[in-house]
Formats: sequence, structure tokens, C-alpha cells
Amino acid sequence: MSEVIKVGMADVKTCISPDVITTLGLGSCVGIALRDPVTKIGGLAHVMLPDSTQIRNNSNLYKFADTGIVELVREMEALGAVRSRMVAKIAGGAQMFAFQNKGDLVRIGERNVEASKSKLKELNIPLLAEDTGDKFGRTVIFNPETGDFLIKAVGRDERTI
Amino acid sequence: MADNKLDIEEMSEQYSDVLKEIGNIGAGNAMTALAQLIQSKIDMKVPQVKLLEFYELGAEVGGEEQIMASIYLAVEGDITGSILFLLEKQSARHLVSKLMGMELAGDDFSEIEVSALKEIGNIITGSYLNALSSMTGLTIYPSVPDLSIDMAAAVLSVPAIEFGILGDKILLIQTQFFDETEINGYFILLPDVDSYEKILTSLGLLS
Repeated sequence: MSEVIKVGMADVKTCISPDVITTLGLGSCVGIALRDPVTKIGGLAHVMLPDSTQIRNNSNLYKFADTGIVELVREMEALGAVRSRMVAKIAGGAQMFAFQNKGDLVRIGERNVEASKSKLKELNIPLLAEDTGDKFGRTVIFNPETGDFLIKAVGRDERTI
Repeated sequence: MADNKLDIEEMSEQYSDVLKEIGNIGAGNAMTALAQLIQSKIDMKVPQVKLLEFYELGAEVGGEEQIMASIYLAVEGDITGSILFLLEKQSARHLVSKLMGMELAGDDFSEIEVSALKEIGNIITGSYLNALSSMTGLTIYPSVPDLSIDMAAAVLSVPAIEFGILGDKILLIQTQFFDETEINGYFILLPDVDSYEKILTSLGLLS
């Protein structure tokens, strides 16, 4: 029996096929799905903010794109995944309200996406696909067996990237 | 004041009753405005003050994927933060049809229906904030309202991110409202951490 593992906001979870991993209603947050195609180990990080170094209160490493991705990689390695084989897909980073967020938080969705990409690049993890930006929420389901990243949004067709 | 700065946990424990009362007065005022607008009776539950982990937040208003019509206003002035008025999609359709005096066609909202919904949000969040302002003597300016019809968790990510800058939990004052059949929705007031202190100080509870 395969299980569906749920990831919350500012959270990281890992799984091994046939289990799948999901996060519901990504808004301006970004979901980063990683997979080692050989061991079929997968993981999903749901990060809220781009950069832990810009913020004093940064004890929850899962909250930020930079530290969240590092933690995700570390937890997958602990299960036996190999970093040099890992590949990534990302989704989310929407702007839910036209004029949401002032000051530090302007274009936060977009910045979460940029920060996620730059961390993946730094770790030499190829980004295979993305469904990011725009102004709608997304539920995502990641299957580490196939690498399929299913994206559901209100009033839109489901798509797999 | 720096010496006795409260953290968010102490705030929610020690002043829970006061914060609930703020929700009670604010939402009570807003409900009166809403009831007048649509000329029917609306009830509200006892407000709840909740200190949540971020991963718990998404499920707060009927589940992460519950489609909500959400009106969001940023709050500025003496306090900063935001206020959200969330209605289940069907409730929102019902409200708009009552306001406009006609059944809505189709399954979604037309441009004029969206404007009507924003205006409802504007009026009733305005009533909430007015009550808060008279109670505390603080100046509160709401931004222009914006509307999103989407999954609850996606909408709640917006205030969550604001709190995420300052800490690892979110403190909110939530009031659920309903009528006998067709309306179910929530008010969520989210002052930022410093603003909670300002509110309590203005009420003479902190010095």
C-alpha cells in the first residue's frame, strides 16, 4: 500500500516509492521536489521565504529556500539518496493579491522562486521543470517512482510536469 | 518598554481574553454592517485566539483546499498587519446575489459581481477596524481591498509569510460567522507582533 505523505507550510518531508508526497494549496510559497531516480527516494520542501541570512529569527530551517533545500538534500541522503543523481522540479511562488506585501515582502513569490533556483544551481541539482508565478494557488503531488509532479489549481486543468 | 517586551506565546496566554474581546467587538460590528447590507440575520461564534505553527495554519478555515472568496486588506497607521475576510465560495455567491437582488448565472463571478464582493469586504472590514480604532484610540488605515478566489491555504500563505519574517508561529484572532443555511465565513485579524503590544498598551494593559 502506498502512502501519501503531507508536507505543511515551512516543512520538509521525504519518502521512498511507492509512497508519494504532497502539499496542499501552495500560494506565494514554493514547493521544491527532489528525486534520486536510482533509489526512487524523493522529498518535498514547502518554503515561505527566500533567504535565511536576511532574517534574524531563522531557527526553523524549513522556512527558507536556502536552508530548506539543504535540509531536504540532507534528509534524502540520510535515506540513501545520492546528491549527484538528484533532479528537481518546483512549483508555486504565486502573487495571491495584486498589492500584497510591502517593503521586504514585495514580489515575495517571485523571489522565493529565484532563491530556490539559485540554491539548486549552487548544489548542482538540475531543475527539470517548473510551474511557478502567476496569481493562483497550487496543490502538488510528487511521485518519486516516475518523477511526475502533478499540479492542481482552481479552475484549471491538472497538469503534470 | 524594551525590558518587558512580550513574546508571542506570552501574549496569547496572558491576554487571550482581551484579544477575544477585540474579536468580539470588531466582528460584532462587522456582522451588524453585513446584516444591514443584505437585510438578514447573521450569527457569529465566540472568537478564538490562536497561536499556530505554520504547518497547522492551512487547515484552519475548513481545510487547505477549501475554495474561499478571500478579501485581504493590509492595515497601516498606528498598527500594522492585515485583515482577511473569508467566505466559502457558495456563501460568497449567495451574499452577492442577495446584495444585487438577483440569482447569479454560471459558476463563477462576473466583473461586476467581483466588484460587489470587494465592496462588501470593504464595508465590513471597515466596520471591524473602526470598532478596533474607537476601542483603542489608535489610528488604523486599511488599504484598498483585494479579492482572491482560491484555496484557503494559498490565501493564508500571504499573512503567514509576514509572520515568518519575525518568528516561527502565527497569532491570529478568528471569528466564524454564519446564518441558518447558506453563509459560512471567517474574519481573521492579524496584527503583527509589535502591534499586539500597541493594542494592549492603548487599552492600559501594558505600560
